[in-house]
Amino acid sequence: MAILVVAEHDNETLKDATHKTVTAALAMGGDVDILVAGKGVKDVMAEAAKVDGVRHVLAVDHESLRRQLAESMQDVIVPLMSEYDAILAPDTTTHKNYMPRVAAMLDVMQISSITGVIDAKTFERPIYAGNAMATVKSGDTKQVVTVRTTAFSPAGESGSADSKMLADPAGPFKSEYIGEELSKSDRPELTAAKIVVSGGRGVGSAENFAIIEKLADKLGAAVGASRAAVDAGYVPNDYQVGQTGKAVAPELYMAIGISGAIQHLAGMKDSKIIVAINKDEEAPIFQVADYGLVADLFKAVPELEAAL
Amino acid sequence: MKVLIPVKRVLDYNVKARVKADQSGVDLSNVKMSMNPFDEISVEQAVRLQEAGTATETIVVSVGPAKAQETIRTALAMGMDRGIHINTDEDLEPLAVAKILKAVVEAEGIDMVIAGKQAIDGDNGATGSMLAALLDWPQATFANSMEKNGDSLTVKREVDGGLQTVKVSLPAVVTTDLRLNEPRYASLPNIMKAKKKPIDAKTPADFGVDTAPRVTTVKVTEPEARSAGVKVEDVAALVAALKTEGVI
Ligand SMILES: Cc1cc2nc3c(=O)[nH]c(=O)nc-3n(C[C@H](O)[C@H](O)[C@H](O)COP(=O)(O)OP(=O)(O)OC[C@H]3O[C@@H](n4cnc5c(N)ncnc54)[C@H](O)[C@@H]3O)c2cc1C
Ligand SMILES: Nc1ncnc2c1ncn2[C@@H]1O[C@H](COP(=O)(O)O)[C@@H](O)[C@H]1O
Repeated sequence: MAILVVAEHDNETLKDATHKTVTAALAMGGDVDILVAGKGVKDVMAEAAKVDGVRHVLAVDHESLRRQLAESMQDVIVPLMSEYDAILAPDTTTHKNYMPRVAAMLDVMQISSITGVIDAKTFERPIYAGNAMATVKSGDTKQVVTVRTTAFSPAGESGSADSKMLADPAGPFKSEYIGEELSKSDRPELTAAKIVVSGGRGVGSAENFAIIEKLADKLGAAVGASRAAVDAGYVPNDYQVGQTGKAVAPELYMAIGISGAIQHLAGMKDSKIIVAINKDEEAPIFQVADYGLVADLFKAVPELEAAL
Repeated sequence: MKVLIPVKRVLDYNVKARVKADQSGVDLSNVKMSMNPFDEISVEQAVRLQEAGTATETIVVSVGPAKAQETIRTALAMGMDRGIHINTDEDLEPLAVAKILKAVVEAEGIDMVIAGKQAIDGDNGATGSMLAALLDWPQATFANSMEKNGDSLTVKREVDGGLQTVKVSLPAVVTTDLRLNEPRYASLPNIMKAKKKPIDAKTPADFGVDTAPRVTTVKVTEPEARSAGVKVEDVAALVAALKTEGVI
């Protein structure tokens, strides 16, 4: 059995999500190859070759893949799949975008956001915002799977796989990259951070969010948010933690001014320690918090920041 | 431009899913069901395109049980023109739904499909992109805003790093993200008007699509429960607790 793992990268560095996806692939059994699709990916290829348990690194280096748009990714991957029994990719927005296209072209039902591998065709995944866990078995000849990376530990980096270049995608494609507005920050990435400090509607405004950020910086933490805080424009969309945002599972998650709706819990309830600061002692977040502080966040958060 | 909006009837987002004792699935008897929230956003977008004169006809389609007609009526009450109900008591997988939708697109001569980025029951997030691939159309998923210029569409997408703008040629599939718009409530006169709008009745067999499931559910279980911890008195107690845990 041969499994293809698609690398998460930004054309410069290989992301940890790849190492975690490799762990999921290895649990299925069989040979695992990594596909690096991008532009100017030499360094990424070298890093991918080091991931433990990997047999080959395949790479495609082409302008049309610089942003890994869905149509060009499909074009690269579908023909490759004649050689593979399964394809796995992290469930980040990049891969969620094209993986269903690959599945449809292979006439396979995709299995999304797995949190466990039972065997090569059987997986565990949350449904209904994580209020139920489904064990599902694929009856297709090939498996197309996206992986919730917070559920897997990263593969090590002492391997030495060989690598080879593949042919360029054909194109032209019916989609075109125009531009991006990325949130710039020196903080750790939300999905990989050891500590996440999140603010909700209770924070009240974009300006007030500075107190959340100050606390995060003191802790070397990433900053997250509830949907309500994003919708209200306090922070950008990529801060959203939850069922329809990012899933995080840090050592410490602090929910500040967040009520604890099921959609929010879906994205953070696998954190090791959960702290909630909320002025409403009835807030549902306290039902999942290891440590709850009933307090006004405008008083408690600066005090906490000063005490660290 | 003819716009097609696929909508799914799902467990209402305010209701906590309960796992059945026999582990066969989630209990959907006697619980509130509603339109998938992302599909409400799609419907709103279609109505806005119609109001702006960009869409000439807006069609809502749902694959689901008889009650899915209520969901279609909701979309009609929000302002869409007509509905197609594809009757089945099975909860079809995204691949089967995408194949049916492809047949609808071809039969109706659709120029743009706006689907939800995910249905909040199965959390698959697959149907829209699958449909785009089957049609060999481009896609713009997770739309935060969209604008039509001639025969192309410029879409700002919500991605993990922030926002990304892509331009796709039409026809295309768009999937909606939370910030695309705020869906309207249907007014009473519009609810009355919607009762007279036509809904075509079909079945998956009418489209010659094989809907046999590819994935079997072995079991559905409760997630590991997290128990409530302790309430701490003040900030000092919190700091002390976190130090003892070794997380700060
Ligand atoms: C389709 C769909 C998808 C969704 N996806 C997500 C998702 O991915 N992530 C997500 O987070 N939500 C999601 N939601 C939204 C979710 O249902 C809730 O509406 C949202 O999480 C609420 O955010 P909040 O807790 O910040 O706001 P609220 O529920 O308004 O809670 C604010 C809290 O702040 C507290 N507070 C106020 N002032 C203070 C103060 N001074 N000091 C201390 N505490 C204070 C209040 O007591 C309250 O508990 C989704 C909803 C839908 C329909
Ligand atoms: N049974 C269905 N009937 C109509 N549309 C559907 C159905 N299932 C999924 N969809 C559409 O596909 C989107 C994504 O669903 P999913 O791939 O199941 O997460 C939904 O938001 C709907 O727009």
